[in-house]
Amino acid sequence: MYEPFHRTTDDMLRERPAPAATVGVIGWLRTNLFAGWINTALTLVTLYILWLAIPSFIGWAFIDAQLAGNDRFACTGDGACWAWLDQRINQFLYGFYPSEETWRVNIAFVLLFPALAPWLMENVPGDRYLRWFSVAYPVIATILLVGGFGLEVVQTDKFGGFMLNLTVGLAGIVLSLPIGIVLALGRQSRLPLIRWFSIIFIEAVRGVPLITLLFVSNIILPIFLPPDMALDSVIRVIVMVTAFASAYMAEVIRGGLQAIPKGQYEAAQAMGLNYSKAMRLIILPQALKISIPGIVNTFIGLFKDTTLVIVIGLFDILGIANAMVSNPDWLGLSTETYVVVALFFFSVCFSMSRYSIRLERRLDTDKR
Amino acid sequence: MKAKLLTGAIAAAGLMAISATANTAHAGTLDDVRAAGELKCGINTGLPGFAFTDDKGNWTGFDVAYCRALAGAVLGDPDKVKWVNLTGKNRFPALTSGEIDVLSRNTTWTFSRDVDLGFTFVGVNYYDGQGFIGRTALDAKSARELDGASVCIQTGTTTELNLADFFRINKIDYEPVPIETNEEARKAYEAERCDVYTTDASGLAATRSTFPDADAHMVFPEIISKEPLGPLVRHGDDQWADVARWTLNALINAEELGVTQENVADLAKGSDNPEINRMLGSEGSLAEMLGLSTDWAVNAIRAEGNYSEIFERYLGTNTSLGISRGLNALWKDGGILYAPPMR
Repeated sequence: MYEPFHRTTDDMLRERPAPAATVGVIGWLRTNLFAGWINTALTLVTLYILWLAIPSFIGWAFIDAQLAGNDRFACTGDGACWAWLDQRINQFLYGFYPSEETWRVNIAFVLLFPALAPWLMENVPGDRYLRWFSVAYPVIATILLVGGFGLEVVQTDKFGGFMLNLTVGLAGIVLSLPIGIVLALGRQSRLPLIRWFSIIFIEAVRGVPLITLLFVSNIILPIFLPPDMALDSVIRVIVMVTAFASAYMAEVIRGGLQAIPKGQYEAAQAMGLNYSKAMRLIILPQALKISIPGIVNTFIGLFKDTTLVIVIGLFDILGIANAMVSNPDWLGLSTETYVVVALFFFSVCFSMSRYSIRLERRLDTDKR
Repeated sequence: MKAKLLTGAIAAAGLMAISATANTAHAGTLDDVRAAGELKCGINTGLPGFAFTDDKGNWTGFDVAYCRALAGAVLGDPDKVKWVNLTGKNRFPALTSGEIDVLSRNTTWTFSRDVDLGFTFVGVNYYDGQGFIGRTALDAKSARELDGASVCIQTGTTTELNLADFFRINKIDYEPVPIETNEEARKAYEAERCDVYTTDASGLAATRSTFPDADAHMVFPEIISKEPLGPLVRHGDDQWADVARWTLNALINAEELGVTQENVADLAKGSDNPEINRMLGSEGSLAEMLGLSTDWAVNAIRAEGNYSEIFERYLGTNTSLGISRGLNALWKDGGILYAPPMR
């Protein structure tokens, strides 16, 4: 029942400021925190929990905390015991890497940023040259970390701490994306051999826990390989982590591929593009774009899975923390060490997640 | 046809595995260690007193000290050890596969490990036993009064099996709370997720020392199991097992004979005691029989000292663990530590 608009007026209604309750701080509070009684109740409960948790955490972590001392007996108060940080932070960062060589790890870490910049950001000055640098970066980093070419050789079993998490995590991330794309395309291939291989690889690897793969690489492989053919354990971890993440990545990307309307494939064919061009120019850019949340999700999962390397005797930051609290001088400080480890992981994973949100916004062309 | 192919492939893979293991077992471990120039020693990923890292990132501890002594005996240098850190689950496959030469990782000597898994325990370096710690507020004076209690327990170890046996024999109900590592079990107990916590008595001492309110916790008097811990090697290489065994015996005999890290160099030049002379190589030909250099025992003792010095440095009453010798005292001091004579 539509009633036509009868009343007319010659004057425009004067504009009035919005009601005070809908603008500014109060307006924001009302719309976001106190809209309706359910929201109000939730807000109050949350505030109460925060009021309980935050002051006691700050009191524990900062106000009552003990900063200096040589062992746990120096920590007498109720607060956290941070005395170990001073002696142990290098182990948390570099593991068993020789202390006089840690500058090499630092350089490799700093160089990581220019290597990643041209791929992660737009309009980086000189990005054509930086791309070449990125391609060379894995070689440069390997030489820096492992040695050779005049640098003292450091065995990879000395790798440890956060540096090991970053090395394995980054290598896994960089390798698993292209392999995952290839596997996803292979799974949809019309050639049975390629399709079967992809399906078998994906299902076999995805159907097994990562910890089992690491066990296999560490314990079963040496039985089959000749005794003098020892595969480096960090490389073994990178291979297994990459294989594992690639299988997941392939399925994430397959989801993206299947979300592309069939018309896109047909349009690409109608324009006379061959398979590789159609994929490269039409399909993959769209498929990858809609897969970003899933891809980053896999990356974050992969990065956190790097803590599993302890099962093959490598000490990532979590393993180092556990080894430290076994020292009679520092027994029982696991809460403090876990908090520090959690901070490291959170900072990396949270930045990945923020970056992916930015990337999604930037690429969100069809809804803009 | 396909099935035949498959069985064929499996058989081939099996043959390869057998021939590969045969290869590793073929050359003597002693020669392998000498050729590699380093001893591959399996230790814990972290256990208070037994294996832990110092401020410089070096592994130290009671189990670590044994491997350093062994490296001293075989290679003349206690630092020539490659540490392989193993969890409770992968320690045995690591030894079987040849990834390590010796396992020194608070491992209980049991029948099935010795016989069925195919290992040779070369001796006992720590007599441990499983005990319980609980809150005094529980009002239980003994572990037999723990009816209905929840028990935090580390999985995959003999402690889990002992616990089941103990409660079954005494017809008590209990609720196991399985936990992966010692440290987590300690945390769980502290957070009152379980009433009592059970592990080896050496671990309980370490645990109790970390509680701010140590007096509110008591270690129950019952020791419910025998846990003889010691180093072990693979079956089938008796020469290597002898080297490992007599290095351990040398450390224990050194305590009995009063040979210490400090005086071993002097005593090695010769002393009034023929047994010391035989052990340290100035008399007799023990080293030759073992296939080691004459100063093998000197180097083993020089690494970390005799048994007593090692014990007191990492576990003893002067450390924060504060474990007394107890059963681990020498036989003549009221313990059961007894090494065969060196002659």
